[in-house]
Amino acid sequence: MRRWLTLLLALAALCAAGLQPARAQSPADAAYAKLASDSYSDIEGGIAALALSGDPKAGAVLKALADGKLLYRPDDKTLAIQGAAGLTEARTGAALPGADGFKPVRVNNRVRRAIDAAQGSLNLVAPSPGLRRAAADAVFKARDAAALPALDAALARETDPGVKRAMEEARAAALLAKSDAPEAARIGAVAVLQGRGDGDALAILRGLSGDASPGVREGAARAIASVETRLAIVANLQNAWYGISLGSVLLLAAIGLAITFGVMGVINMAHGEMVMLGAYTTFLVQEVIRQRMPGLFDWSLPIAIPLAFVVAGGVGILIERGIIRHLYGRPLETLLATWGVSLILQQAVRSLFGPTNREVGAPSYMAGAVDVFGLSITWGRLWIVLFALAVFVGLNLILKATSFGLKTRAVTQNRRMAAAMGIRTPWVDAFTFGLGSGIAGIAGVALSQIDNVSPNLGQSYIIDSFLVVVFGGVGNLWGTLVAALTLGVANKFLEPFAGAVLGKILLLVFIVLFIQKRPRGLFALKGRAVEA
Amino acid sequence: MEIMTMSWKAWLARATVAGGVAMGALAATAVSAQETIKVGILHSLSGTMAISETTLKDVMLMLIDEQNKKGGVLGKKLEAVVVDPASNWPLFAEKARELIAKDKVSAVFGCWTSVSRKSVLPVFKELNSILFYPVQYEGEESERNVFYTGAAPNQQAIPAVDYLMKEEKVERWVLEGTDYVYPRTTNKILEAYLKAKGVKPEDISINYTPFGQSDWQTRVAAIKSFGSAGKKTAVVSTINGDANVPFYKELANQGIKATDIPVVAFSVGEEELAGIDTKPLLGHLAAWNYFQSVDTPDNKAFIAKWREFTKNPKRVTNDPMEAHYIGFNMWVKAVEKAGTVDPDKVIAALPGTKQANLTGGTSEMLPNHHITKPVFIGEIKGDGQFDVVWKTDGLVPGDAWSKELDGSKDLEADWVKLNCGNYNTKTKKCGGA
Repeated sequence: MRRWLTLLLALAALCAAGLQPARAQSPADAAYAKLASDSYSDIEGGIAALALSGDPKAGAVLKALADGKLLYRPDDKTLAIQGAAGLTEARTGAALPGADGFKPVRVNNRVRRAIDAAQGSLNLVAPSPGLRRAAADAVFKARDAAALPALDAALARETDPGVKRAMEEARAAALLAKSDAPEAARIGAVAVLQGRGDGDALAILRGLSGDASPGVREGAARAIASVETRLAIVANLQNAWYGISLGSVLLLAAIGLAITFGVMGVINMAHGEMVMLGAYTTFLVQEVIRQRMPGLFDWSLPIAIPLAFVVAGGVGILIERGIIRHLYGRPLETLLATWGVSLILQQAVRSLFGPTNREVGAPSYMAGAVDVFGLSITWGRLWIVLFALAVFVGLNLILKATSFGLKTRAVTQNRRMAAAMGIRTPWVDAFTFGLGSGIAGIAGVALSQIDNVSPNLGQSYIIDSFLVVVFGGVGNLWGTLVAALTLGVANKFLEPFAGAVLGKILLLVFIVLFIQKRPRGLFALKGRAVEA
Repeated sequence: MEIMTMSWKAWLARATVAGGVAMGALAATAVSAQETIKVGILHSLSGTMAISETTLKDVMLMLIDEQNKKGGVLGKKLEAVVVDPASNWPLFAEKARELIAKDKVSAVFGCWTSVSRKSVLPVFKELNSILFYPVQYEGEESERNVFYTGAAPNQQAIPAVDYLMKEEKVERWVLEGTDYVYPRTTNKILEAYLKAKGVKPEDISINYTPFGQSDWQTRVAAIKSFGSAGKKTAVVSTINGDANVPFYKELANQGIKATDIPVVAFSVGEEELAGIDTKPLLGHLAAWNYFQSVDTPDNKAFIAKWREFTKNPKRVTNDPMEAHYIGFNMWVKAVEKAGTVDPDKVIAALPGTKQANLTGGTSEMLPNHHITKPVFIGEIKGDGQFDVVWKTDGLVPGDAWSKELDGSKDLEADWVKLNCGNYNTKTKKCGGA
């Protein structure tokens, strides 16, 4: 294919040189003419023609088209590429003086698919292995039998084993799309796809059920069975991972509450709003970074974490000093008062930032997914799981290994005795509440990555948080951890069978029954602290 | 009993007011500078729905302000009465009653969710007032006191599915929705329509998730595996507001691109996209009757006015805003045609009223109290706007009753000739199936 292309190219160049004045319609001319159009079909045709024309500018033109930087002038059908320095003529690369009358060549999904396929066959021999890999994947998706010669040529030169395998898979996909290819080769292709063994391979194999060749049909049926067994195992592992990931989100949302409600016994309905404040702090940090120092964007989350802790913790201390301390021992009033506080905070944020969602971007290390033995693990979720565990460990250390933690435990276990020992219990209360709220703020930083940053953010987590803390056993951090993970995993295993709505109902019913049996949760506190 | 007396009193009060207003209009134009026509705005400004509805309150204030600059209506200034039903459905009914009975508004522009509309319906019937409802909804309704300026399913869902079938050659469908009345009814209609078009039951997967669903990992993975059956697959999303952002984030994370499995959404507009980085969503679709990116002089002027009014040069416009624009202007025309704000006369004057919409056509209020609208399919662009990739040839008249469902295909709504919202063409009776 490549040699052919070079030959064609040379011929075209010769013709162009020889027939300069007359300038016969070469394939590239036709392709460029088709691209300068308003009709998606024409543009699609133009892309395919351009890829086959061997025009040296084809790669650049396709890239510009994919980026929305290919423009055309409807009057004279001039194509231009929008560069940093201005417009250049697409074919010749000559600078164009004005941008008058140019509009972008429009792209829809059909055109985008054509671009991917065309770029695939062009990039198969690109110098960078990453590009070649992407090209092979694009050809795999396009299943274009016309790309076979190019694939064969590229395969012969390929040295990187990973890319080579991707190319073989692409070749198999293309072969199977070509019903007049030799049967033996197509049966071999089925085996290659069986080896790939993922959903995309399955899609192609399932499409073969009506194939004309019985050998291919049988091979495909066997391959489908084998891939399906494999995928079923993977699906279970995947569910477990989703469960852990959901559990870590629940843990993050609930762990602050495990302090304010679990340790201090305050029914804090404004807990969700602390999470929201943390998320809005992240938004503000990102805004400042975007405007002042865009280079630091990847650092926005590490910067936001301490700030969110301070903001939410500060607000928590204010709430404790201003309202809650007057209401200790009156749980109903505390519930109503903190609920009022939550409404006030929500509306305040709504007035300040507006009712609509705010955009919090994902740093580069949190985008995308990694494939581990067929499991697709998204980076964002992985970071959140690690972060939740780190917060859990950190909080345990604070409570178990610092003098502040010691005082907190002393005050919650026996307030009067602690006071008699010289601990200023009101301040311990305030700082403990601040610690719980601050942790909620940190959770907000993580949740801003997966949920809406809107004034309602907190509301959606408050019920789940209480559920986790009550289920795990009030006053026990380990209980919160186990409860969060149990609920997450159980939820994710129920969801595929029962659906999201029914799954949630089933879980709630289970927890109600469980609490009937064990009112103090999974890990009940024992000893005198219970009566206090 | 208590309620009966209440309504009787309210009716009396209304009758006196209506009479008084009519007489006032006849008697003295000199005092009219003092008098105003009140317009009620019933949109949530707090609670979960504030995210969508606050914008509609603002657009109504802008429209009323503009009309007043043009001299008001019937020589009187318009006065906006804004109440906050706080995303609380029963409160919608209370606030509607307050607007009509206490503030004596001539018409109400409001509601977003179907449940809020259903909650205020009895109030509007009892107190005989007018509601303009600006949001796309599930259809299967036509009330004398309500004018539906949003899309019925045949003006949004069905054309979108047609587009996917023709242009993207989709053969396998995931109908993904939030669990409440709009997605459930729309999906029922779509399922019947797809089956009528020869799609096999095993090629349709219908799923519902709770409001505010934020963990989409399992669902997106399920969509991915449903899409690996060797047939082109698409997702038709009736996922409501807040749950959309995590849904799209998860799609992007799991690497589902629009070129593989396109998602066409009926509740995702410019406002919703303002909260997400749209680059990974390139090419996913939405079906609406209006897009901010439609290039017409009217639309340009509207956007400019809106940005000036909100003092925010980046503020976006969306479909329900245009619905209010059309509805409000139709109401003004009908009041001027009737020469009064008397609800019965205005209701009679509204069908047949024409108003240029913002996308270059002329919408008309139909006898079934729905309007004619163009349908656009837009693809999400990197800047949070939509690129219109397809539109209907002309304007599509809204069907109050879906032709796809057994329970409603024989029903017809016509408030002009039949004076009935659910006339059964088989039994020739008013009153449904």
